[in-house]
Amino acid sequence: MDKTVQEKILGIIGEKFESEILSIETPYDFLTIDFKRDHIIDLIKYLYDHPVAKFQYLTTLCGIHYPDSKQIAVMYQLHSLVNNWRLRIKIFLPEENAVTPTLTTVFAAANWMERETYDFFGIQFTGHPDLRRILNVEEMIIFPMRKEYPLEDQTREDKEDFMFGR
Amino acid sequence: MQSADTKNTEIKLVEKPEGYEGAGFFATSLEKVVGMARKNSIWPLPFATSCCGIEFMATMGAHYDLARFGSERLSFSPRQADLLMVMGTIAKKMGPVLRQVYEQMAEPRWVLSVGACACSGGIFDTYSVLQGIDRIIPVDVYVPGCPPRPEQIINGIMKIQHLVETESLRRRDSPEYKAMLNKYGIE
Repeated sequence: MDKTVQEKILGIIGEKFESEILSIETPYDFLTIDFKRDHIIDLIKYLYDHPVAKFQYLTTLCGIHYPDSKQIAVMYQLHSLVNNWRLRIKIFLPEENAVTPTLTTVFAAANWMERETYDFFGIQFTGHPDLRRILNVEEMIIFPMRKEYPLEDQTREDKEDFMFGR
Repeated sequence: MQSADTKNTEIKLVEKPEGYEGAGFFATSLEKVVGMARKNSIWPLPFATSCCGIEFMATMGAHYDLARFGSERLSFSPRQADLLMVMGTIAKKMGPVLRQVYEQMAEPRWVLSVGACACSGGIFDTYSVLQGIDRIIPVDVYVPGCPPRPEQIINGIMKIQHLVETESLRRRDSPEYKAMLNKYGIE
């Protein structure tokens, strides 16, 4: 992604949401913007409707757990098919109270993606029509992708930790 | 070019069990006859979930033909199947489904666990994978491998055939069998 495209996108966002930007990075040439969490749905709707930007494809949405700063991030990847621009947006939520509004009003595809994010990180999406676990067993009480939960099944008796590097 | 008489075109029939033979009759024990009949006509239910299912597809193909053991007719309905072949990773979410399929099978029924994941969870020691199907259903033969080659799957089937042939006709009503099913919570 070259500099002029980045500047164009930042200019489009800056028209209305200049104050919401927390930081801008380009890891591996991919424009990543950290936003304040309050008006995230308005921002994405604005990018969706904007006549030039037209970010009308939600590539993915997922959660990221940062235990050091006690935050869980929600990451949205948007793609403008008309211009072939890709954009990543991250918002940070506190660990104890990870609540954010749902994106299903803008993108219908966010429905199952938010269910997966809830299933693995415990982020509550307010306004979601059907927020329940999608990949794990319904009776599960933990959120497995959070860093405090181990990967391994805890009911095995026959595996020696030493042989498996634990 | 091979001549016709060196090719293996002789049709092989199953050997008859020991018994007393005469003109127009043959007397043997019922267990031997039933065992011979069941052994050579096992109808499997391929519960193929992942990679081991692909190896099973190869086993059913013409090269490693499983149909010559009598398993020509695969059944995807548990009501009409004898052998439940569980091939592939079973997640904890899939566990109740597998159990219901097993419970719907009619006696006599056998279970063959193919592959490392079905036997013990395999390399997936995680929160979401069932660490071996013998946590929820009783298993007769385990075939290790990741994935096992078709020859190994056929070896497992041959071991099942041996179990089928030598099983007592009263085994399924015996108290030990019922106690074993109770251990799994199956009536």
